[in-house]
Amino acid sequence: MINARLKKSYPGGKDSRAFTLDVAFEAAKGVTVLFGPSGSGKTLTLDCIAGFVRPTDGRILLDDALLYDGPTGVHLPPQARRCGYVFQNYALFPHMTLRENLEFAVTRGGNVERHKRVSEMLDRFQLGGVAGRAPHELSGGQKQRGSIARALLADPKLLLLDEPAQGLDAVLRQELYAVLRGVQDNFARPILLVTHDVEEAIELGDRMHVFRDGRIVQSGAPRDVFDAPASPDIARQLGIYNLIEAEIVALDPGRNTSRLRVGDFEIAGTYYPGHLKGDRVTLCAHPTQVSVTARNGSPRANQIAMELEHVVEGAQRARLLFEGGFRAEIARAEWEAIERAEHFAIEIQPSSLRLLKG
Amino acid sequence: MAESLPIDWFPLWLSLRVALLATLLAAASGIPIAYWLANRDFRFKEFVDAATTLPVVLPPTVLGYYLLVLLGRESWPGRAYESIFGEPLVFSWQAAVLAAVLHSAPLLIKSSRAALESVDHVYERAARTLGAPEWRVFFQVTLPLARRPILAASALAFARSLGDFGVTIMVAGNIPGRTQTVAVAIYDAVEGGNGAAARALVLVVSLLALALLTLANRLTPKRAMS
Repeated sequence: MINARLKKSYPGGKDSRAFTLDVAFEAAKGVTVLFGPSGSGKTLTLDCIAGFVRPTDGRILLDDALLYDGPTGVHLPPQARRCGYVFQNYALFPHMTLRENLEFAVTRGGNVERHKRVSEMLDRFQLGGVAGRAPHELSGGQKQRGSIARALLADPKLLLLDEPAQGLDAVLRQELYAVLRGVQDNFARPILLVTHDVEEAIELGDRMHVFRDGRIVQSGAPRDVFDAPASPDIARQLGIYNLIEAEIVALDPGRNTSRLRVGDFEIAGTYYPGHLKGDRVTLCAHPTQVSVTARNGSPRANQIAMELEHVVEGAQRARLLFEGGFRAEIARAEWEAIERAEHFAIEIQPSSLRLLKG
Repeated sequence: MAESLPIDWFPLWLSLRVALLATLLAAASGIPIAYWLANRDFRFKEFVDAATTLPVVLPPTVLGYYLLVLLGRESWPGRAYESIFGEPLVFSWQAAVLAAVLHSAPLLIKSSRAALESVDHVYERAARTLGAPEWRVFFQVTLPLARRPILAASALAFARSLGDFGVTIMVAGNIPGRTQTVAVAIYDAVEGGNGAAARALVLVVSLLALALLTLANRLTPKRAMS
């Protein structure tokens, strides 16, 4: 279990603006995702925990070991922290073979025992056949696995992964996810995973913290966070939602309905407690929850007319991009039924329209 | 005739021995200083950096004077040396080694510092998270990754050690067969009208220096370290 409360301030300079990291979180066994755009403080958080950066204030507790404590000045060196770190570009030592890289991490035990442990780890990560190669002779996936294997050999109490899938193609990503799930099953300790990839967060995360400008703005299970972003900013950051600015023109708590004006159109919504007629609100809708119809002339009730800009046809589904970046994702058959139309309208079920706070 | 005097090769062998020892000493003392300058931030860093560069700009006579004061028979290091080895340090070939160290170390420190700074810190960080103590990080990660430019700097330092004249003559003197290095011998040969000896030594020293510079160039990586 890791318990971290961190503060780190960088005064602004001539070419850089001031930045303050101010976060607090706990992570138990399993994968905790630190999610956010570049520059939001995710990697800095890992670096503070690993001991590369000294925080301005705070406290980091890993199991019963105090790694850092601002008030008392405790600041253990990285060597004493037992935090395994898998770096973005793997950081396998280029002047050593893969086996030597792994051996570097094992210091305890005699030569025979060390050799055995390394061999076991190489086999576990399917690297036995390439153990004698230098890092530049390995594929991206092999380097990745080698880097994770090396970190685990040092017997860490916590594993830190900094954008491990960065630069890997779709196939290698799936392979990496499978490897990490395997690690998760065998490694009964916390794993902190930094990413800005939505799929990765959902795929691997047991819990997630959304970072923004050096703060954690939302925490929860990845599914819950993606299903209910706490603010328009977070929804925008997650990057998977259509954001809709609307004005409430009617509210009916009895029938749990509302009428919303979106530009020149009026659509149906649910009742939004705590809001009044005339309020401006931001709603979000997932592209898969948008239906698209062909339109001749004005749209029908509850529809919004939109100009289609681009279509990407996949094997099963078609992804439609409308004006203003509005996105819809429908079954391919549905798309084929309307693809000859010149004008389109979109419609969203009231229950699929989620109100965002703030 | 002076032209027909036999050429004494002793100064060349002495110089090679002096340069080799001086390079080893300069590397052993200079690389840790370079690592310290490359990786630590401390208050008098710029001062230390300036002090290690000082021998490049000071006249050799000034350096020679400092060494004489520091290692002379009256100084405690000089007395300590004499009590251990039974003879004074000054005006010995060992003093020529120290003169050459002073002459070559600044170059070695500067180049090694640049080489060590060019090593991507991510490897050192990775080593630390794997529990490696700082000495292991240095000897097994940083130093091997910077080995080519450091070897290049050592080749240059060796070439420079071969060529010291001013400091050597002040602290080691010009005792033929004992402390006369090649640079001093060339001066002596020219002064004494021994043109053949001067030409032979000049040619050998020039070719040696050229070979060392070529070696240094080949060792310097063309691309930035990644």
